[in-house]
Amino acid sequence: MAVDYTTQTTGGIGDAVLRKEDRKFVTGEGRYVDDLKLPGMLHAAFVRSSFGHARITSIDATAALALPGVHAVLTHATLPVETGVLSASNPGGDVRHPEQAILAKEFARYVGEPVAMVIADDRYLARDGADLVHVEYDPLPVVVDAEQALEPGAPLVHAEYDSNLVKTLEHVTDGFDDAMAKASKVIKLRVDNQRLTPSAMETRGCIGDWQEATGEVTLYTSTQVAHFVRTFVSIVCGTSEAKVRVVTPDVGGGFGAKLNTYREEFAVCAASHVVGRPVKWIEDRTEAGVATIHGRAQVQYYEAGVTDEGRIVALKFDAVQNNGAYNMLLTPSISHLTLFMVPGLYDIQDISIRIRQTFTNTTPTDAYRGAGRPEATHGIERLMDAIADDLGIDAVEIRRRNFIQPDQFPYSSATGLVYDSGEYEMNLDKALELSDYAGFAARRAESEANGKYRGIGLSTYVEVCGLAPSAVTAALGIGAPGWEHSTVRLHPTGKATVITGTSPHGQGHATSWSQITQTELGIPFEDVEVIHGDTAFQPYGLGTYGSRSLAVGGIALYRSLGKVREKARELAAHLLECSMDDLEWTGSSWQVKGSPDRAKTIQELAYAGWTSASLPEGLEPVLEATTFHDPPNFTFPSGTHVCEVEIDPDTGRVEVLNYTAVDDCGNVINPLIVDGQVHGGVIQGLGQALFEETVYSEDGQMLTPTLVEYLVPSAADVPPMTLARTVTPSPSNPLGVKGIGEAGTIGASAAIVNAAVDALSGLGVRHIEMPMQPARIWNVIQEATS
Amino acid sequence: MIPSTLAYTKASSIDEAVAAVAAGAVPLSGGQSLMPMMRLRLAAPEAIVDLGGIPELVGICEDENEIAVGAMTIHREVAASELIRAHAGLVADAAAGIGSPQVRNRGTIGGSLGHADPHSDMPATLIAAGASVLVRGPNGERRILVEDLITTYLTTTLEPGEIITQVRIPKGDDHSAYAKFHRRAIDWTIVGVAICIGDDGVRAAATGVADRPVRLSAFEEVLNGGGSLDDAIARIAEGVEPHAGLDGSVEYKKHLLGVLARQAHAEASSR
Ligand SMILES: Cc1cc2nc3c(=O)[nH]c(=O)nc-3n(C[C@H](O)[C@H](O)[C@H](O)COP(=O)(O)OP(=O)(O)OC[C@H]3O[C@@H](n4cnc5c(N)ncnc54)[C@H](O)[C@@H]3O)c2cc1C
Repeated sequence: MAVDYTTQTTGGIGDAVLRKEDRKFVTGEGRYVDDLKLPGMLHAAFVRSSFGHARITSIDATAALALPGVHAVLTHATLPVETGVLSASNPGGDVRHPEQAILAKEFARYVGEPVAMVIADDRYLARDGADLVHVEYDPLPVVVDAEQALEPGAPLVHAEYDSNLVKTLEHVTDGFDDAMAKASKVIKLRVDNQRLTPSAMETRGCIGDWQEATGEVTLYTSTQVAHFVRTFVSIVCGTSEAKVRVVTPDVGGGFGAKLNTYREEFAVCAASHVVGRPVKWIEDRTEAGVATIHGRAQVQYYEAGVTDEGRIVALKFDAVQNNGAYNMLLTPSISHLTLFMVPGLYDIQDISIRIRQTFTNTTPTDAYRGAGRPEATHGIERLMDAIADDLGIDAVEIRRRNFIQPDQFPYSSATGLVYDSGEYEMNLDKALELSDYAGFAARRAESEANGKYRGIGLSTYVEVCGLAPSAVTAALGIGAPGWEHSTVRLHPTGKATVITGTSPHGQGHATSWSQITQTELGIPFEDVEVIHGDTAFQPYGLGTYGSRSLAVGGIALYRSLGKVREKARELAAHLLECSMDDLEWTGSSWQVKGSPDRAKTIQELAYAGWTSASLPEGLEPVLEATTFHDPPNFTFPSGTHVCEVEIDPDTGRVEVLNYTAVDDCGNVINPLIVDGQVHGGVIQGLGQALFEETVYSEDGQMLTPTLVEYLVPSAADVPPMTLARTVTPSPSNPLGVKGIGEAGTIGASAAIVNAAVDALSGLGVRHIEMPMQPARIWNVIQEATS
Repeated sequence: MIPSTLAYTKASSIDEAVAAVAAGAVPLSGGQSLMPMMRLRLAAPEAIVDLGGIPELVGICEDENEIAVGAMTIHREVAASELIRAHAGLVADAAAGIGSPQVRNRGTIGGSLGHADPHSDMPATLIAAGASVLVRGPNGERRILVEDLITTYLTTTLEPGEIITQVRIPKGDDHSAYAKFHRRAIDWTIVGVAICIGDDGVRAAATGVADRPVRLSAFEEVLNGGGSLDDAIARIAEGVEPHAGLDGSVEYKKHLLGVLARQAHAEASSR
């Protein structure tokens, strides 16, 4: 692996610094929600629906309440607060938003929907109590498949609507029909992007603490978006937002699943109100399989109008998105991100898109690493190979012929985005070279001699990151802005506190933000403390998701650092008795141009600003600055991933032999962190390609609730990876950064599936659905050879 | 792990353990199967008795005819045993491939048999090796062929109050191997084939193709009657009843039997 396992422990922008937060994590000193214990705290367990769809006819808690140590059993009827709609997403308007009660109100609409809540002295008793709550259900017809849900006569998930349609997203360019009519050939492909269960190492958990005397509500929760949660809690609990504090301790991964506001978060607050003591709930792993959002679940139908040379002149995309039983925070917007990225990095100006979102009797879906973009990339990259195959053009060549060219930037896409920068052939060429694409034929022959099928696949992607310009989020019907906050505070001793609105849960912001601070303000890396995830400390933070933290939050920090540096300059000019124009910045001090002996270090200036013994007129004490940064545009990372697989025809096993990823995430703050994000991202894409699938039976039972059935790749299942980068700095922000949190996942699944299809192409195989488990591949081979 | 309330005791002798089990306690060995069941509340024993404090239950030794493996011997030690490797390589193969190092450091041979999971690797290999278990109960000790121990899912022929104390593996020249197929490195076996080529003929058993580990009688019959491996494989699925599931169809699992039998046979013959 091309990783430099450096021992560098401090540094500035661009240095491969070891992460400052890792010591506590690897020594078990991390502090997660479950580590917190409040005085008098009680514990909650939920009774969850065991039916995919049912009317709740009665709930009998007598036996549970008789259990010593059980304090209360709450149901919809006895819970003092109601949720209403828990979504902040209304793309295009008129999205159907059914009410989502905290505890099911009359109907349960998916297995795992919370029906009752037991509060007890400890977690064991709470669970014992939950087992004793007797719920009578009257089962109703169930629909789990999104396409079936749209058929006339399908069981209705919400009886108040006349169909299961949530919303149809449409986007058709004026010239589409003409362009399609002129195509010399139309190539079709159906792609099923299967449902996945985000499986963060730390499951969800929260503690609600409602103070009767003051009306203050404190919620400790494992989330990516503390402020969103606070806003919703204040609305749901009917408390002033100013009285609600949401604290995010260390968070052990989220992958989008904690970019949400969950019923349990309101439930623990409400329960605390009822019992007058703090109430904690920790999700167990099996519960997480049904109670936390799922991802993907999109079926796509492509039709590409092409010329004989393989130029795509028109593209039709018709998809069905399974939203699950309710809309969560951003559910309706996720397939909107797919809509944006349908053309990928190809210059396709005539396009017709329809995405129908449906309700089904399943756990709601929402953002999962990549959120809508992996679906788009996987589909178009499968389609490119299908086109290449159909026309007899090489898979590399077909991409070159359709790429957006460097001189086309800024590029206006047919879906209304403006791509900032990129050189897609540079990524491609580098990946081909590193993967020895040219030498593949010999390797294939070698595998063939051993009775194995070998294939090589590539995936070229562009994605949209840095969510988001607030005007755009508003236009997209998202009820939240996209800016980010930062505060930089210098202490009398010259140390710095950085308060960020981002909400790291594994991304290493404490490290990257310290590096930016060292470079921009000259405060040494180790003298910087980064604070996040507590609404009491921050004006507002939008959190961490959508590869936005650096491109938005990092820029907010950069701008605060600049403000502090300028204020320090004014102070230095005053103290050095010169004009501000006479000063130059050395990287850590202001000095009179050409006179190193007449200088003030940033630490000296921090002290002087605090003592305020002598300030220039009009300058306020203390070196501190705050920024709310609203980005002017998204950022658009891109890359090429190449991998080789070998398939054993006897067993159907697909083995990934090697993996090459070339990514352009703009300028890099910490190469080690970027490599880590790519590694993790690729492994998650590999998980989707080979192992993972959330499966429901037709009657709505979850067949993959534990990690025995839901297969997440382990370290032993990961191929050797070669990572490399190209850099086209983003012109949309002063650091030239783009984002890397999701790129690996977005690029990976198509590269792996394309390699497998390539391996079996000699048998006439043209497409394979995910996950490519051995039994499925064996069937594909049987069918192709029979 | 949120099990229901239970009583826990740790036995320091076999007699103590037997008394506890006779009184209704469930024996706990490595906990690698019992604990996950309790976590899911699929098992909710009111009392468990930990066998981890009984020295006689641990260790591997031999007499003239047999290897004796204490029921509490962990998979890692079985995998590393020169003695087992020399006489019953397939048992060491199976132990070495179980789960992950964490599981092999806790899970035991007695627990694997007591748990009676049809996807567990140890039972099929012990059946092919012709092994037996010694069990102790309120009425004393008896011996059961492993082949007669497991009847269906999670069910054994142990009488109430009985625990497995030892596994007895016959000694002999080793021409044996175990081949299995699974998905991720840590996953349970989908299908496994254990083959032992002894002086008295070929014995074979399979994992994952019925509600219990099964002898592959038709396969044995062909080989022991002088038939070819191909002919034996053509009949290998006779009498097996795999379940279709997320891990594959009935047809696929029957097909895997043949693939794995070929692998195991080649490996066994080369040893
Ligand atoms: C992640 C994971 C992966 C695994 N992968 C595999 C695999 O690939 N292949 C495989 O074969 N196994 C696998 N296992 C199971 C593992 O081998 C277990 O160790 C084994 O099945 C049970 O052994 P134990 O000592 O842990 O028994 P325990 O869990 O303690 O007990 C299991 C059952 O046996 C009973 N029992 C225990 N000891 C005795 C005794 N002496 N007499 C009578 N009854 C007894 C218990 O009461 C209980 O019902 C895996 C387990 C895990 C957690």
